[in-house]
Amino acid sequence: MFKKDINPAPRQKLKSSIQRSLRANFVETYPLVTPFIDEIMPKKASLEQMKLPDRVSLYVQDGVPLFFQHDNDALLPHLRLVHRFPQCFPTIRIDRGAIRFVLSGATLMAPGLTSPGGRLPLPDAREGKETLGEGAPNEGADEEGRWSRELEKGEPVVVMAEGKEEACAVGVLVMGTKECKEKGKGPVIEEAHFLGDGLWKLNFD
Amino acid sequence: MAETASASREVVYCGVCTLPPEYCEYGGTTKKCQEWLEKANPALYERIWSAEALEAATASLSIEAKERAAKDAKKKAAKAEAAEQKQAEKLSSSVVTIKRIERNKRKYVTSVSGLEAFGLDLKKVAKDFGKKFATGSSVTKVPSGGEEIVVQGDVSDEIEEFLLEKYKEIPEDNIELVEDKKKKGAAAG
Ligand SMILES: [Zn+2]
Repeated sequence: MFKKDINPAPRQKLKSSIQRSLRANFVETYPLVTPFIDEIMPKKASLEQMKLPDRVSLYVQDGVPLFFQHDNDALLPHLRLVHRFPQCFPTIRIDRGAIRFVLSGATLMAPGLTSPGGRLPLPDAREGKETLGEGAPNEGADEEGRWSRELEKGEPVVVMAEGKEEACAVGVLVMGTKECKEKGKGPVIEEAHFLGDGLWKLNFD
Repeated sequence: MAETASASREVVYCGVCTLPPEYCEYGGTTKKCQEWLEKANPALYERIWSAEALEAATASLSIEAKERAAKDAKKKAAKAEAAEQKQAEKLSSSVVTIKRIERNKRKYVTSVSGLEAFGLDLKKVAKDFGKKFATGSSVTKVPSGGEEIVVQGDVSDEIEEFLLEKYKEIPEDNIELVEDKKKKGAAAG
Protein backbone atom coordinates (compact mmCIF):
# COMPACT_ATOMS: atom_id res chain seq x y z
CA MET A 1 0.00 0.00 0.00
CA PHE A 2 2.92 2.33 0.77
CA LYS A 3 5.69 0.97 -1.42
CA LYS A 4 6.55 4.47 -2.59
CA ASP A 5 7.77 7.28 -0.38
CA ILE A 6 5.04 9.60 0.86
CA ASN A 7 5.31 13.36 1.25
CA PRO A 8 3.93 14.69 4.49
CA ALA A 9 0.60 16.47 4.06
CA PRO A 10 -0.92 19.11 6.31
CA ARG A 11 -2.57 17.72 9.40
CA GLN A 12 -6.10 18.61 10.31
CA LYS A 13 -7.45 18.66 13.82
CA LEU A 14 -10.53 16.50 14.22
CA LYS A 15 -13.78 17.43 15.90
CA SER A 16 -14.14 15.71 19.23
CA SER A 17 -17.22 13.81 18.04
CA ILE A 18 -15.14 12.32 15.23
CA GLN A 19 -12.32 11.54 17.63
CA ARG A 20 -14.76 9.73 19.86
CA SER A 21 -16.17 7.65 17.05
CA LEU A 22 -12.70 6.72 15.80
CA ARG A 23 -11.78 5.66 19.28
CA ALA A 24 -14.90 3.52 19.56
CA ASN A 25 -14.25 2.06 16.12
CA PHE A 26 -10.67 1.19 17.05
CA VAL A 27 -11.70 -0.54 20.28
CA GLU A 28 -14.42 -2.42 18.47
CA THR A 29 -11.99 -3.64 15.82
CA TYR A 30 -9.33 -4.55 18.37
CA PRO A 31 -11.12 -5.43 21.63
CA LEU A 32 -7.78 -6.38 23.15
CA VAL A 33 -6.82 -2.68 23.30
CA THR A 34 -9.68 -2.00 25.73
CA PRO A 35 -7.51 -2.04 28.89
CA PHE A 36 -4.99 0.31 27.25
CA ILE A 37 -7.13 2.69 25.25
CA ASP A 38 -6.83 5.52 27.79
CA GLU A 39 -3.08 5.35 27.45
CA ILE A 40 -3.14 5.03 23.67
CA MET A 41 -5.69 7.81 23.19
CA PRO A 42 -5.83 9.97 26.32
CA LYS A 43 -9.11 11.85 26.50
CA LYS A 44 -7.41 15.25 26.52
CA ALA A 45 -5.06 14.59 23.65
CA SER A 46 -6.09 15.81 20.24
CA LEU A 47 -6.14 13.59 17.24
CA GLU A 48 -5.16 14.88 13.82
CA GLN A 49 -5.86 13.51 10.39
CA MET A 50 -3.35 13.47 7.56
CA LYS A 51 -4.65 12.67 4.11
CA LEU A 52 -2.26 10.41 2.24
CA PRO A 53 -2.31 9.37 -1.43
CA ASP A 54 -4.73 6.68 -2.64
CA ARG A 55 -7.54 7.69 -0.27
CA VAL A 56 -5.72 6.71 2.89
CA SER A 57 -6.16 8.70 6.10
CA LEU A 58 -3.53 8.55 8.79
CA TYR A 59 -4.39 9.51 12.36
CA VAL A 60 -1.67 11.13 14.40
CA GLN A 61 -1.71 12.18 18.02
CA ASP A 62 0.89 14.56 19.41
CA GLY A 63 3.24 13.65 16.59
CA VAL A 64 2.75 9.92 17.16
CA PRO A 65 1.06 7.91 14.41
CA LEU A 66 -1.69 5.64 15.74
CA PHE A 67 -3.64 4.07 12.91
CA PHE A 68 -4.66 4.53 9.30
CA GLN A 69 -7.60 3.71 7.10
CA HIS A 70 -8.18 3.24 3.40
CA ASP A 71 -11.65 4.54 2.43
CA ASN A 72 -13.97 3.00 4.99
CA ASP A 73 -12.04 -0.23 5.41
CA ALA A 74 -10.89 -1.47 8.80
CA LEU A 75 -8.64 0.80 10.85
CA LEU A 76 -5.13 -0.63 10.76
CA PRO A 77 -2.57 0.10 13.47
CA HIS A 78 0.67 1.85 12.49
CA LEU A 79 3.62 -0.46 13.19
CA ARG A 80 4.95 1.95 15.80
CA LEU A 81 1.75 1.47 17.78
CA VAL A 82 2.01 -2.30 17.33
CA HIS A 83 5.53 -2.17 18.74
CA ARG A 84 4.27 -0.28 21.77
CA PHE A 85 1.30 -2.57 22.43
CA PRO A 86 2.03 -5.88 20.68
CA GLN A 87 -0.32 -7.90 22.87
CA CYS A 88 -3.34 -6.04 21.48
CA PHE A 89 -3.32 -7.31 17.91
CA PRO A 90 -3.92 -10.78 16.46
CA THR A 91 -0.76 -12.15 14.89
CA ILE A 92 0.57 -14.70 12.48
CA ARG A 93 4.25 -15.39 11.99
CA ILE A 94 6.32 -15.79 8.85
CA ASP A 95 9.47 -17.86 8.61
CA ARG A 96 12.84 -16.22 8.32
CA GLY A 97 13.09 -16.76 4.59
CA ALA A 98 9.93 -14.76 3.92
CA ILE A 99 11.06 -11.64 5.80
CA ARG A 100 12.99 -10.02 2.99
CA PHE A 101 10.09 -10.51 0.59
CA VAL A 102 7.59 -8.95 2.94
CA LEU A 103 9.97 -6.04 3.60
CA SER A 104 10.18 -5.37 -0.11
CA GLY A 105 6.41 -5.14 -0.37
CA ALA A 106 5.72 -8.53 -1.91
CA THR A 107 2.44 -10.37 -1.34
CA LEU A 108 2.67 -12.68 1.66
CA MET A 109 2.20 -16.25 0.43
CA ALA A 110 0.96 -19.24 2.43
CA PRO A 111 4.19 -21.29 2.39
CA GLY A 112 5.92 -18.60 4.46
CA LEU A 113 3.40 -19.36 7.21
CA THR A 114 2.96 -23.12 6.94
CA SER A 115 6.69 -23.93 6.99
CA PRO A 116 8.36 -24.95 10.28
CA GLY A 117 9.42 -21.36 11.02
CA GLY A 118 5.93 -19.96 10.42
CA ARG A 119 3.06 -19.82 12.90
CA LEU A 120 -0.64 -20.01 12.27
CA PRO A 121 -3.31 -20.02 14.99
CA LEU A 122 -3.87 -22.97 17.26
CA PRO A 123 -7.34 -22.68 18.79
CA ASP A 124 -7.48 -23.00 22.57
CA ALA A 125 -3.76 -22.41 22.87
CA ARG A 126 -4.55 -20.06 25.72
CA GLU A 127 -6.76 -22.23 27.84
CA GLY A 128 -6.37 -21.41 31.52
CA LYS A 129 -4.67 -18.08 30.90
CA GLU A 130 -5.83 -14.69 32.12
CA THR A 131 -7.13 -11.87 29.99
CA LEU A 132 -5.11 -8.70 29.44
CA GLY A 133 -7.55 -6.74 31.52
CA GLU A 134 -11.12 -5.62 31.89
CA GLY A 135 -13.13 -5.72 28.68
CA ALA A 136 -10.59 -7.71 26.70
CA PRO A 137 -11.55 -11.08 25.27
CA ASN A 138 -9.54 -14.06 26.38
CA GLU A 139 -7.32 -14.52 23.38
CA GLY A 140 -3.68 -14.10 22.57
CA ALA A 141 -0.60 -15.90 21.39
CA ASP A 142 1.01 -18.85 23.14
CA GLU A 143 4.73 -19.05 23.89
CA GLU A 144 5.31 -20.36 20.39
CA GLY A 145 3.56 -17.43 18.78
CA ARG A 146 0.37 -19.22 17.78
CA TRP A 147 -2.80 -17.14 18.11
CA SER A 148 -5.58 -18.77 20.12
CA ARG A 149 -8.32 -18.32 17.51
CA GLU A 150 -8.54 -18.93 13.77
CA LEU A 151 -8.55 -15.59 11.96
CA GLU A 152 -11.08 -14.93 9.21
CA LYS A 153 -10.63 -13.64 5.70
CA GLY A 154 -10.98 -9.84 5.88
CA GLU A 155 -9.62 -9.58 9.42
CA PRO A 156 -6.69 -7.26 10.08
CA VAL A 157 -3.61 -9.06 11.30
CA VAL A 158 -0.10 -8.23 12.48
CA VAL A 159 2.79 -10.14 10.94
CA MET A 160 5.53 -11.32 13.28
CA ALA A 161 8.73 -12.96 12.04
CA GLU A 162 10.75 -16.00 13.02
CA GLY A 163 13.64 -15.07 15.30
CA LYS A 164 12.50 -11.46 15.64
CA GLU A 165 10.87 -9.76 18.57
CA GLU A 166 9.10 -6.95 16.75
CA ALA A 167 6.34 -7.10 14.16
CA CYS A 168 7.33 -6.46 10.55
CA ALA A 169 4.00 -5.84 8.81
CA VAL A 170 0.27 -5.17 9.20
CA GLY A 171 -2.41 -6.07 6.72
CA VAL A 172 -5.77 -7.62 6.00
CA LEU A 173 -6.11 -11.37 5.43
CA VAL A 174 -7.29 -12.27 1.94
CA MET A 175 -7.42 -15.90 3.06
CA GLY A 176 -8.57 -17.18 6.46
CA THR A 177 -5.92 -18.91 8.57
CA LYS A 178 -7.81 -22.20 8.57
CA GLU A 179 -7.95 -22.22 4.80
CA CYS A 180 -4.31 -21.23 4.68
CA LYS A 181 -3.38 -24.35 6.65
CA GLU A 182 -5.56 -26.58 4.47
CA LYS A 183 -4.46 -25.20 1.12
CA GLY A 184 -0.86 -24.37 1.92
CA LYS A 185 -0.57 -22.07 -1.07
CA GLY A 186 -1.80 -18.76 -2.46
CA PRO A 187 -1.72 -15.15 -1.27
CA VAL A 188 -2.56 -14.49 2.37
CA ILE A 189 -1.94 -10.74 2.69
CA GLU A 190 -1.71 -8.59 -0.40
CA GLU A 191 -1.26 -4.94 0.47
CA ALA A 192 0.55 -4.53 3.73
CA HIS A 193 2.13 -1.72 5.72
CA PHE A 194 5.64 -2.98 6.38
CA LEU A 195 8.83 -1.85 8.10
CA GLY A 196 10.68 0.69 5.98
CA ASP A 197 7.79 1.49 3.64
CA GLY A 198 6.59 5.02 2.83
CA LEU A 199 4.25 5.12 5.81
CA TRP A 200 6.98 3.96 8.17
CA LYS A 201 9.37 6.62 6.89
CA LEU A 202 6.86 9.45 7.03
CA ASN A 203 8.11 12.21 9.31
CA PHE A 204 5.91 14.08 11.77
CA ASP A 205 7.93 16.97 13.12
CA MET B 1 -2.05 -5.07 35.72
CA ALA B 2 -1.55 -1.72 37.46
CA GLU B 3 -3.83 1.00 36.15
CA THR B 4 -1.33 3.80 36.64
CA ALA B 5 1.84 2.30 35.19
CA SER B 6 2.46 2.79 31.51
CA ALA B 7 1.88 -0.38 29.54
CA SER B 8 3.57 1.00 26.45
CA ARG B 9 6.83 -0.64 25.47
CA GLU B 10 9.77 1.51 24.45
CA VAL B 11 11.30 0.09 21.32
CA VAL B 12 14.79 1.06 20.21
CA TYR B 13 14.95 2.09 16.56
CA CYS B 14 18.08 2.17 14.46
CA GLY B 15 19.60 5.63 14.20
CA VAL B 16 20.63 4.90 10.63
CA CYS B 17 17.85 3.00 8.86
CA THR B 18 15.03 3.67 11.43
CA LEU B 19 13.98 -0.02 11.67
CA PRO B 20 14.15 -2.05 14.86
CA PRO B 21 17.86 -3.06 14.86
CA GLU B 22 17.04 -6.73 14.49
CA TYR B 23 15.82 -5.84 10.98
CA CYS B 24 18.88 -3.78 9.95
CA GLU B 25 20.14 -6.73 7.91
CA TYR B 26 17.38 -6.03 5.39
CA GLY B 27 17.96 -2.31 4.98
CA GLY B 28 21.00 -2.12 2.71
CA THR B 29 22.98 0.03 5.17
CA THR B 30 23.85 -2.86 7.46
CA LYS B 31 27.47 -1.85 8.01
CA LYS B 32 26.58 1.65 9.13
CA CYS B 33 23.70 0.32 11.23
CA GLN B 34 26.07 -2.03 13.01
CA GLU B 35 28.54 0.74 13.76
CA TRP B 36 25.76 2.86 15.14
CA LEU B 37 24.28 0.14 17.33
CA GLU B 38 27.64 -0.92 18.72
CA LYS B 39 28.07 2.59 20.09
CA ALA B 40 24.48 3.38 20.97
CA ASN B 41 23.47 0.10 22.57
CA PRO B 42 26.27 -2.44 23.06
CA ALA B 43 24.03 -4.97 24.80
CA LEU B 44 21.55 -5.04 21.96
CA TYR B 45 24.42 -5.14 19.48
CA GLU B 46 25.76 -8.24 21.16
CA ARG B 47 22.34 -9.86 21.15
CA ILE B 48 21.83 -9.31 17.44
CA TRP B 49 25.27 -9.50 15.92
CA SER B 50 27.24 -11.93 18.09
CA ALA B 51 28.51 -15.04 16.32
CA GLU B 52 26.05 -17.27 18.18
CA ALA B 53 23.11 -15.08 17.30
CA LEU B 54 24.08 -15.05 13.67
CA GLU B 55 24.50 -18.78 13.57
CA ALA B 56 21.12 -19.36 15.15
CA ALA B 57 19.64 -16.95 12.67
CA THR B 58 20.81 -18.79 9.60
CA ALA B 59 20.61 -22.36 10.90
CA SER B 60 17.09 -22.85 9.63
CA LEU B 61 17.79 -21.65 6.10
CA SER B 62 18.89 -23.98 3.34
CA ILE B 63 22.32 -23.37 1.79
CA GLU B 64 20.70 -22.18 -1.37
CA ALA B 65 18.49 -19.74 0.49
CA LYS B 66 21.51 -18.45 2.41
CA GLU B 67 23.38 -17.82 -0.80
CA ARG B 68 20.45 -16.07 -2.34
CA ALA B 69 20.00 -13.90 0.75
CA ALA B 70 23.71 -13.02 0.79
CA LYS B 71 23.64 -12.07 -2.87
CA ASP B 72 20.52 -10.03 -2.30
CA ALA B 73 22.07 -8.20 0.63
CA LYS B 74 25.18 -7.42 -1.39
CA LYS B 75 23.13 -6.00 -4.23
CA LYS B 76 21.11 -3.89 -1.83
CA ALA B 77 24.22 -2.55 -0.12
CA ALA B 78 25.81 -1.62 -3.45
CA LYS B 79 22.63 0.14 -4.49
CA ALA B 80 22.40 2.05 -1.23
CA GLU B 81 26.03 3.09 -1.49
CA ALA B 82 25.61 4.29 -5.06
CA ALA B 83 22.52 6.27 -4.12
CA GLU B 84 24.33 7.81 -1.19
CA GLN B 85 27.26 8.82 -3.33
CA LYS B 86 25.02 10.29 -5.97
CA GLN B 87 23.18 12.27 -3.33
CA ALA B 88 26.45 13.54 -1.86
CA GLU B 89 27.64 14.62 -5.29
CA LYS B 90 24.38 16.32 -6.00
CA LEU B 91 24.54 18.20 -2.73
CA SER B 92 28.11 19.33 -3.16
CA SER B 93 27.29 20.79 -6.54
CA SER B 94 24.03 22.41 -5.50
CA VAL B 95 24.06 26.11 -4.81
CA VAL B 96 21.65 28.25 -2.88
CA THR B 97 21.50 31.69 -4.40
CA ILE B 98 20.47 34.66 -2.29
CA LYS B 99 19.84 37.59 -4.57
CA ARG B 100 19.27 41.21 -3.62
CA ILE B 101 16.94 42.75 -6.15
CA GLU B 102 16.26 46.46 -6.43
CA ARG B 103 12.59 46.95 -7.18
CA ASN B 104 12.36 50.73 -7.00
CA LYS B 105 14.76 53.34 -5.83
CA ARG B 106 16.02 52.02 -2.49
CA LYS B 107 13.28 49.39 -2.38
CA TYR B 108 14.56 45.84 -2.29
CA VAL B 109 13.35 42.27 -2.23
CA THR B 110 15.53 39.24 -1.63
CA SER B 111 15.07 36.04 -3.56
CA VAL B 112 16.38 32.66 -2.41
CA SER B 113 16.63 29.82 -4.87
CA GLY B 114 18.11 26.31 -4.83
CA LEU B 115 16.89 25.23 -1.39
CA GLU B 116 14.90 22.31 -2.74
CA ALA B 117 18.14 20.53 -3.70
CA PHE B 118 18.82 20.17 0.01
CA GLY B 119 15.49 18.54 0.61
CA LEU B 120 13.91 21.59 2.21
CA ASP B 121 10.22 22.33 2.00
CA LEU B 122 10.07 25.79 0.41
CA LYS B 123 6.72 26.68 1.90
CA LYS B 124 7.96 25.88 5.37
CA VAL B 125 11.20 27.79 4.93
CA ALA B 126 9.31 30.79 3.51
CA LYS B 127 7.15 30.79 6.60
CA ASP B 128 10.22 30.64 8.81
CA PHE B 129 11.73 33.61 6.97
CA GLY B 130 8.54 35.59 7.39
CA LYS B 131 8.46 34.92 11.10
CA LYS B 132 12.15 35.45 11.66
CA PHE B 133 12.38 38.75 9.79
CA ALA B 134 8.83 39.93 10.45
CA THR B 135 8.28 40.60 6.79
CA GLY B 136 6.43 39.29 3.76
CA SER B 137 7.81 36.02 2.45
CA SER B 138 6.33 33.74 -0.16
CA VAL B 139 7.05 30.99 -2.63
CA THR B 140 6.80 32.07 -6.26
CA LYS B 141 7.23 30.32 -9.56
CA VAL B 142 10.18 31.30 -11.71
CA PRO B 143 9.95 31.53 -15.50
CA SER B 144 12.49 28.76 -15.99
CA GLY B 145 10.24 26.38 -14.07
CA GLY B 146 10.78 25.58 -10.42
CA GLU B 147 10.18 27.86 -7.48
CA GLU B 148 12.00 30.34 -5.30
CA ILE B 149 11.30 32.23 -2.12
CA VAL B 150 10.88 35.98 -2.31
CA VAL B 151 11.29 37.99 0.88
CA GLN B 152 10.38 41.67 1.20
CA GLY B 153 13.30 43.93 2.07
CA ASP B 154 17.04 43.61 1.87
CA VAL B 155 17.79 40.74 4.22
CA SER B 156 20.45 38.87 2.22
CA ASP B 157 23.06 38.71 4.98
CA GLU B 158 20.51 37.82 7.61
CA ILE B 159 19.15 35.03 5.46
CA GLU B 160 22.58 33.59 4.91
CA GLU B 161 23.24 33.62 8.62
CA PHE B 162 19.85 32.08 9.37
CA LEU B 163 20.31 29.31 6.80
CA LEU B 164 23.74 28.42 8.12
CA GLU B 165 22.46 28.26 11.63
CA LYS B 166 19.21 26.44 11.10
CA TYR B 167 19.87 24.20 8.11
CA LYS B 168 23.24 22.65 8.78
CA GLU B 169 22.91 20.46 5.71
CA ILE B 170 23.81 23.43 3.50
CA PRO B 171 27.58 23.98 3.47
CA GLU B 172 28.68 27.60 3.68
CA ASP B 173 30.55 27.32 0.38
CA ASN B 174 27.34 26.39 -1.36
CA ILE B 175 25.60 29.64 -0.62
CA GLU B 176 26.18 32.55 -2.95
CA LEU B 177 25.09 36.11 -2.52
CA VAL B 178 24.41 38.10 -5.65
CA GLU B 179 22.98 41.48 -6.43
CA ASP B 180 20.58 42.34 -9.14
CA LYS B 181 20.58 46.10 -9.76
CA LYS B 182 18.69 48.04 -12.31
CA LYS B 183 22.03 49.07 -13.68
CA LYS B 184 24.25 46.00 -13.86
CA GLY B 185 26.42 46.18 -10.75
CA ALA B 186 29.15 44.01 -9.34
CA ALA B 187 28.03 40.89 -7.55
CA ALA B 188 28.60 40.96 -3.85
CA GLY B 189 29.71 38.02 -1.83
ZN1 LIG C 1 19.61 -0.03 10.82
